Amino acid sequence: MHELTLSALGALLRERRASSEELVRHFLARIAAHDPALNAFITVDGEKALAAAREADARLARGEAGPLTGIPLAHKDLFCAKGWRTTCGSRMLENFISPYDAHVVERFNAAGAVLVGKTNMDEFAMGSSNENSHFGPVRNPWDPARVPGGSSGGSAAAVAARLVPAATGTDTGGSIRQPAAFTGTCGIRPTYGAVSRYGMVAFASSLDQAGAFGKSAEDLALLMNAMAGFDERDSTSVERPPEDYGRELAQPLEGLRVGVPKEYFTDDLAPGVAACVREALAELERQGARLVEVSLPNQALAVPVYYVIAPAEASSNLSRFDGVRYGHRAADYADLNDLYRKSRAEGFGPEVRRRILVGTYVLSHGYYDAYYLQAQKVRRLIARDFAEAFRACDVIAGPVAPSVAFPLGAKTSDPVQMYLEDLYTIPVNLAGLPGLSVPCGFGEQGLSVGLQVIGDYFGEARMLRVAHRYQLATDWHRRAPPGFAS
Amino acid sequence: MLSLDEVRRIADLARIDVPEAGVAALQQQLNGIFGLVERMRAVDTAGVEPMAHAVDLVQRLREDRVTEADQHELFQRSAPQVEDGLYLVPKVIE
Repeated sequence: MHELTLSALGALLRERRASSEELVRHFLARIAAHDPALNAFITVDGEKALAAAREADARLARGEAGPLTGIPLAHKDLFCAKGWRTTCGSRMLENFISPYDAHVVERFNAAGAVLVGKTNMDEFAMGSSNENSHFGPVRNPWDPARVPGGSSGGSAAAVAARLVPAATGTDTGGSIRQPAAFTGTCGIRPTYGAVSRYGMVAFASSLDQAGAFGKSAEDLALLMNAMAGFDERDSTSVERPPEDYGRELAQPLEGLRVGVPKEYFTDDLAPGVAACVREALAELERQGARLVEVSLPNQALAVPVYYVIAPAEASSNLSRFDGVRYGHRAADYADLNDLYRKSRAEGFGPEVRRRILVGTYVLSHGYYDAYYLQAQKVRRLIARDFAEAFRACDVIAGPVAPSVAFPLGAKTSDPVQMYLEDLYTIPVNLAGLPGLSVPCGFGEQGLSVGLQVIGDYFGEARMLRVAHRYQLATDWHRRAPPGFAS
Repeated sequence: MLSLDEVRRIADLARIDVPEAGVAALQQQLNGIFGLVERMRAVDTAGVEPMAHAVDLVQRLREDRVTEADQHELFQRSAPQVEDGLYLVPKVIE
């Protein structure tokens, strides 16, 4: 059952060939068997999951089921889920039980999906390897000595190892697409504003966006149909009529213009990754798409700009963790200021502390114009590059990450080395565009490689069409890591 | 490049305790990050409008009416120390 896509599982349930309870028990058993080796989950609650499964079965029996009713699902542990521990991968929130549901959680509950657990992540979504979690690193199902990517590493590893059919994630600088590429799963980051941020623990508010992982582009369309939509509780939620994200899947690629930025294939890109991506582009061409060269001249500035804007917004967002209203409080303190300083020093891990300090500096008196304002101006230049490119093409395609999954510990000693991992994904976040990653082969050491498809604003349906047509001709997305197939 | 004193000052502004033994290592890491950021500071951005957000935002207005129920007991369950519906902190006024 765990090899099936969401649409196949949905059919199984609606035709009453399996119950949601059976499905949930099957996946809970897989989690119990495999997760000790992967550490993809922070919390699993079988009792809650089985209760929700029985409700879903009642709904299925009444004939009121939707496409996701009864299907097990995991949420990245930064989505607040009522009555569930929501840790954000941090000691700060180790014992935080959310009193309410995030919009995304509400949406999946309403669709009848069954929440089985909350997945591991880099603390406060800050990281590209999932090594920054208070709850320990996640291991890559393809090679347990390697990272699954981050920050949504738990969700990616759980889907790759077939411990859940789908999972949510968030992508502030590549945190869905890079782990999807590293684990051979499919992951989508929607346009900024397409999915509500309500109830998502905030990292960098102008860049954060919720998305999802699945085993195929078709799965991603179903997940988007459930997640996306206007929510007045998020002031940046975009009010648009509901859309069917799968509406273009049946259309062939003939005549579609696929932009390939000339800045993408450089010495920074591992040869094995470049070869897989070029072959994927050739497949799109064989299906009638036209490859056109485009240019993103300011692409190399994206990582520097991001490491001003994201820490600045993080330092502001994370100021709420003061040891007073929720979260960790130090045991000993002299006065109120000491309480803040000690609680925050103990509650946050080293990477989070570093980013708060960077953000505090760039926002401090005398430095704001030189750093934060300048970064916002260069951000505009990066967004303009994409606008210019999209005059010549319908989607942009290229690599997700410069290399395949790296070994645990390989980049932890130098934060800057870790940051440069995200050079292909960060520009998309800065512009607020949608992007996805689908598996396109195996590169160095036989590890999975992702093809990134970037769309224009609200161009998800077109991106998903490209990914789906590619998947009709290839089977990379059906490969399971050895040891997790059966 | 940040001096040791600047690192101490930022940590103070951020309300994060940094033990004296850790200041130098932190200074090195932060300067590594600012070295990366330096590349963007040299870009000519004269006349470029800063981009604060990916989407053009218009603040929505709503009617001024009660939309939230009082749930302070539920919300305060996550607080480290509460008494009579109040958050407890060390004494700030003698």
